[in-house]
Amino acid sequence: MTISWRSDNGCLVKIVVTVKQVPDPNSATLLESDNTLARDREVVLDPGDECGIEEGLQLKEAHGGEVILVSMGPERAKDAIRKGLSMGADRGVLISDVQLAGADALLTARALAAAIKPEQPDLVICATESYDGSTGMVPPMLAELLGLPQLTIAKKVEVDGSTIKVHRQTADGYQVVEASTPALISVTAGIAEPRYASLKGIMAARSKEIKQVGLSDLGIERGEPGETIEGIADAEARKAGAIIEDDGTAVDRIIQVLAQAKVV
Amino acid sequence: MYFTDAHEELRLHIRKFLASEVQPHLEEWEEKTFPDSIFKRFGELGFLGLRYPPEYGGQGGDYFSAVVLSEEMARAGLGGLGMAVDVQTEMATPPVFKFGTEEQKRKWVVPAIRGEHIAALAITEPDAGSDVAGITTVAKRDGDHFVVNGRKIFITSGARCQWALVVTKSDRERGHKGYNLLVIEKGTPGFQVTRTLKKLGMHSSDTAELLFEDCRVPVANLIGEEGDGFKNLMWELQGERMIAAAGAIAGAARIFEYTMDYAQNRQAFGQPISQFQVIKHRLVDMGTKIAAVQAFVYQTAAQWDKGEYPVREISQAKLLATQVACEVADDAIQILGGHGYMHEFPVERAWRNARLGRIGAGSDEIMKEIIAKTYGL
Repeated sequence: MTISWRSDNGCLVKIVVTVKQVPDPNSATLLESDNTLARDREVVLDPGDECGIEEGLQLKEAHGGEVILVSMGPERAKDAIRKGLSMGADRGVLISDVQLAGADALLTARALAAAIKPEQPDLVICATESYDGSTGMVPPMLAELLGLPQLTIAKKVEVDGSTIKVHRQTADGYQVVEASTPALISVTAGIAEPRYASLKGIMAARSKEIKQVGLSDLGIERGEPGETIEGIADAEARKAGAIIEDDGTAVDRIIQVLAQAKVV
Repeated sequence: MYFTDAHEELRLHIRKFLASEVQPHLEEWEEKTFPDSIFKRFGELGFLGLRYPPEYGGQGGDYFSAVVLSEEMARAGLGGLGMAVDVQTEMATPPVFKFGTEEQKRKWVVPAIRGEHIAALAITEPDAGSDVAGITTVAKRDGDHFVVNGRKIFITSGARCQWALVVTKSDRERGHKGYNLLVIEKGTPGFQVTRTLKKLGMHSSDTAELLFEDCRVPVANLIGEEGDGFKNLMWELQGERMIAAAGAIAGAARIFEYTMDYAQNRQAFGQPISQFQVIKHRLVDMGTKIAAVQAFVYQTAAQWDKGEYPVREISQAKLLATQVACEVADDAIQILGGHGYMHEFPVERAWRNARLGRIGAGSDEIMKEIIAKTYGL
């Protein structure tokens, strides 16, 4: 199916943005006894997802269409979806099921794929990685499960007809990568500055639909985890430096230390 | 109790916007005043029309959405800009919207909501402020024009405004029946900004003196019925005092929090100074006064929001909130000591800014006169 993104012929597009509620980045990270993230704290819409939503909204404003937010999480994750709806997204889908607690990247991707597939979107937008889990694996898994080409780490998106072209951030600059829609893109925080919701937007969001679905609605089972957390270790702390007290020989000893370190 | 989760979400957006686009410029704006373009930005985001209906470009919110904005401006330490925004949204445009014709609303309120117009309200004169009945700016009817002569002073945004709502009298000798509110646009021959005034605080806003000399203003610029100006101005003043109270107490709360934090971290004689009873009790007094006045301000705002006309309570809230703001700022300076007196700490500016509260929008003394009348005294 080819869909034109040009609004002048009246064709509209459907954009799905995946969003996640995460612990507030301004608070300390805490872990549960099983090494999963403690989530009983202040939570916010992932700041990276705000950029994805903004990009989706800008594409919608340029080409017409609909922006649907899909999230997985406990019931209160509706607040994160609601925030995106306040910004201007049209509706939301929340996958919520006790069986999904502590889901790994693959299960997350399977659940998201099952919820997104019936929407038949022209474009799926994900953040490059979530703020909390930071695996960065969900977008590629999701693309695979949906059978979509994936364009990753996009810092700029251009759409022309059924062709999508992104500037893919690299260490040295960027690559220009293109695919035909439908496609999945993962975007960096640099892609778009998220807008501030207006009061009108906030109030309108109160009456927008957030559909809640469970695993059975999606027709998938939890299955065996593909990854488990075996243990957590602190990063090695920087060792304290040696203190050389001056008893008249300090200069010689410092030169010796520097020579040993092959600095001089 | 007064704020819904929609208000709280709005609050977070306003806070984030102020932190990223306004506060970084505050020091510069205190020196040079803010650029007009910031009003455009406020307008784009809908913050200048929170309470106006969507058909005029507003956001359709209630009075507490205006309270949220005023509180966040105060909490961000934006004295002068906060005042200019309040003048626009809660003082100059409301009478035009409430008493004006459809055409007048479209002509002056809609662009103000968008931030394309900056509006001022001109009441005070060199020889008449508290005594509104003593104003001498005369607007004499001459066919389909008013000819305005007089001088206005201490006018917030007076220099930069596109239009001012000007309080005039048809005749110097006439009583309350002779008042007219006129929108006078910049560029009207005979309307001059004679000077901008330097002042103790609120440095980021401009304060001007305006001169009207045989300034011919079309009758189409008369807001409300001819002769109803005094009554309509009294209504405007209630909204002005209500928002002044909300902003003042929010500013006091900010300074209290700052001072608490300071006192708990500042060490003297081997312990945090908050452990000394004299400081501890002073902090408790500050917090207690703020809590009580805040509750009263919200209760009164809820009456105003419902469309009641609680003149006594609004006057009391304005009187108390601005007094407490001054007391808290003064106590904060005492607790911070030398730091409190320094420009680089926020309490110095808050102390200077707060002092206006007890003078502007009707002084303490005028509030007490009004309250006395409501008691039949």
